[in-house]
Amino acid sequence: MLDDKTGEYAAEDGTEAVVPLMEMRNIVLRFGGVVAIRDISFDIREGEIRAIIGPNGAGKSSLLNVISGFYHPQEGVVIFRGRERAPMKPYQVARQGIARTFQNIALFHGMTVLDNVMTGRLTRMKSSMAAQALWIGSAEREEIENRGKVEEIIDFLNIQHIRKVPVGRLPYGLKKRVELARALAAEPELLLLDEPMAGMNVEEKEDMSRFILDVNDEFGTTIALIEHDMGVVMDLSDRVVVMDYGRKIGDGTPDEVRNNQDVIDAYLGVGHD
Amino acid sequence: MIYREAGDFKTNYREDGRTFPIRFDRWAYFATLAVAFLVVPFVINDYWANAVLLPFLIYAIATLGLNILTGYCGQVSLGTGGFMAVGAYACYKLMTGFPDVNIVFHVILAGGITAAVGVLFGLPSLRIKGFYLAVATLAAQFFLVWLFNRVGWFYNYSASGQINAPTRTVFGVEVTGPTTSAWATYLFCLVFVVICAWLARNMTRGSLGRKWMAIRDMDIAAEIIGVNPLGAKLTAFAVSSFFVGISGALFFAVYLGAVEVGEVFGIQKSFLVLFMIIIGGLGSILGSFAGAAFLVLLPVFLKNVLTGTLGWPTDLAAHIEFMIVGALICAFLIFEPHGLAQLWRLTKEKLRTWPFPY
Amino acid sequence: MFEQFLFAVEVALNGFMAGVMYSLVALGFVLIFKASGIFNYAQGVMALFAALTLVGLMDGQVPFAHLINAVLGTEAHHFGWHLPAVLAILFTMAIMVAFAWAVNELILKHLVNQEPIILFMATIGLAYFLEGFGDLMWGADIKKLDVGLPQGINGWIDETTFNAFGYGFFIDNLDIVATVIAAVLVTVLVLFSQYTKQGRALRAVADDHQAALSVGISLNSIWVLVWSIAGFVALVAGVMWGAKSGVQFSLSLIALKALPVLMLGGFTSIPGAIVGGLIIGVGEKLFEFLAGPALGGATENWFAFVLALVFLVFRPQGLFGEKIIERV
Repeated sequence: MLDDKTGEYAAEDGTEAVVPLMEMRNIVLRFGGVVAIRDISFDIREGEIRAIIGPNGAGKSSLLNVISGFYHPQEGVVIFRGRERAPMKPYQVARQGIARTFQNIALFHGMTVLDNVMTGRLTRMKSSMAAQALWIGSAEREEIENRGKVEEIIDFLNIQHIRKVPVGRLPYGLKKRVELARALAAEPELLLLDEPMAGMNVEEKEDMSRFILDVNDEFGTTIALIEHDMGVVMDLSDRVVVMDYGRKIGDGTPDEVRNNQDVIDAYLGVGHD
Repeated sequence: MIYREAGDFKTNYREDGRTFPIRFDRWAYFATLAVAFLVVPFVINDYWANAVLLPFLIYAIATLGLNILTGYCGQVSLGTGGFMAVGAYACYKLMTGFPDVNIVFHVILAGGITAAVGVLFGLPSLRIKGFYLAVATLAAQFFLVWLFNRVGWFYNYSASGQINAPTRTVFGVEVTGPTTSAWATYLFCLVFVVICAWLARNMTRGSLGRKWMAIRDMDIAAEIIGVNPLGAKLTAFAVSSFFVGISGALFFAVYLGAVEVGEVFGIQKSFLVLFMIIIGGLGSILGSFAGAAFLVLLPVFLKNVLTGTLGWPTDLAAHIEFMIVGALICAFLIFEPHGLAQLWRLTKEKLRTWPFPY
Repeated sequence: MFEQFLFAVEVALNGFMAGVMYSLVALGFVLIFKASGIFNYAQGVMALFAALTLVGLMDGQVPFAHLINAVLGTEAHHFGWHLPAVLAILFTMAIMVAFAWAVNELILKHLVNQEPIILFMATIGLAYFLEGFGDLMWGADIKKLDVGLPQGINGWIDETTFNAFGYGFFIDNLDIVATVIAAVLVTVLVLFSQYTKQGRALRAVADDHQAALSVGISLNSIWVLVWSIAGFVALVAGVMWGAKSGVQFSLSLIALKALPVLMLGGFTSIPGAIVGGLIIGVGEKLFEFLAGPALGGATENWFAFVLALVFLVFRPQGLFGEKIIERV
């Protein structure tokens, strides 16, 4: 935990000081009179898969949107890499190394799969407008280098065959995969996945789970994901945050959460479905 | 049978990213360039230059510009006429203010000035989207035309309120003024067109182009992958206006020679160029040329057929032209929103496998 | 100084009347936008077309006379009758309904679920077509439209103000009539949308297409209805503008002024269209009066647009529009 007085990270139990990759502290987010998030604190450790679960309308997506800079919380701080983050725009967040996918696929429908994945590299492509206009030196070199990286990811996710297909023509499951490819192309430190398996059949879910685990293993990418499928969540994640009505009602390993009475109530329907 | 990609393997990403990945297309492209530069100048006459080729070339630059803004970056502008006027008047002021400098620099500088004006009027695009922005660009259109009409400094206080292009030369050959020859003005414009098309292609193939298209397809998603929306939109406005400015400068200096702003660069001009990119194909370089050619040729064709052959009065031909253009716009939006360029692409897809489609 | 002030008041009053005209055209926009999400650029040309048709019918012009003469070598121009205004208005209305039906059948049906900007561009195409069509049908010359509305200076106002301030205000009778008619029209429209079955269906469609479909409202018939009403509003606007300044092409350009009116008022608000129209009308006249001479005059050409642009940057949803919430 970050010590309020010293501003340094201190070990809670005196063993070792773990600096979380990202920490949210007392986040409160209101839309007019509606409170979407009430006083939520949690952290994401480097290299883990962190799941956020909860019933519909619990504020999960809002929380993700706070991390990626779409919403600015009224209270609380976001700490990234041990440093308090000033309110920033989504594109600034992206440039810090945080990539994400959306619940409703947000791909660029007029572009091919390859171009879509290439957009993931935009934060790393720096050649000037003049160089691009004349297509000399740095512009072409940069394009080819990044193309190489993108092809690696295309191979990794097994979408070589649709490389030059316009995204609009793809079926749902493949679109989800392309969106993941785009996020991965940015080589993010933190990857946010908003319901990566929504609307998929069992087979597709298995594929997607495999990809998520592989990304975590091979690239060492830290992942925070929202998911409704309990089985998937419990299998994939290292730690789970449970939300209900904008509050945090549980936090811990899948086993701990499974046995948490509040969580059971929220899911089995005490007071609502 | 000739149109094949079989055996045309690419062994590196550089070749894969080429403008014309199919060998036949590359030949066709070089052949077109060769004809345009080496054959046409020798056979051109005044009628063809003034009725078809010059307007085609000059509009092609404007359509390239508007296509970058609208087709690639998704920001609809109805201010093209106004921005062309900026190019024209900037060129005029430069020509008369610095007569010793070569006209080539005047035209390029006119483009630069237009780019600055374009950025200024592009600033609201961060907050205003879609047709709200389209209507907002009308402000640019009406304001700019009014400005050039009313403020004497812009037309050097000439009695008629018109601007007239003085004679200027490139390598000793007259390209503006009353006594130019058709081949010279044609070549002068052609060089600008080829360079502009090359620049446009380069800017749309790399990261800059992807930024624009990302904004066009989904601005929220674009932001999440690290695109600064204001930056992307403003560069699109700048590049687009640069082209449109050059086109306006050429339209005035080389093509018309004398301009009355309200007549030449009115709102009809904005629509004309917009129609060109809709018919030609949004987000396509080839489409920019196709659209410009189509809408330059259509009135010529109608005039020849209706008034020339059938002997109908000219105003009748004009009404029918309006109807045809309007109907075509609706038809293209309904049946083929990507315009002639897409029709051409589909034809090529078929050709590629013809005569054995499976 | 007092004299100047009175001048300004008179200018503002005249601007107010012009604003009513803008509001009339803007109303047509709002109606279509609310019901179908279509920003109908052709509204202005529809007003022109309605006015052209009205004049043509009243004067007994032969439609497509030009074309017929060119093809057949005849010299047809007039049937030689004169229709009474009321009858001609009814016929024109029928033509506008037919037009609404044709637009829906030929264009809108095929563009369902397209992006708004595509629909917007389609209506620009429609505007072009209709402009050419109207000219082809009735000829492009400037026509006088006289449906018997009172015109000229209102003597009573002139006298009263002269007696009160020593300066008589010049206010056109036609403007007063226009204001009254606009008020009646708005009232009727509001009553229609609040208290009739069709009105309720219309509001349902405006709210949510899918939901409206699912409770058995026919989108097709609603859109035809809306475009017919818009055609009717266009007719009224066309009659007013036409009576004021003749029926000619520039009428469709004046109608362009309705666009900044909408940007001010918000695209979804009928009161917005009215207030926006008045602000633009008064604003541009006053601006021209105060700043025009210094700037070189004719500022009316752009004032409305620039005002709307500046305004939008600070309040993108307009005066009365609903706040746009972007969802992620």
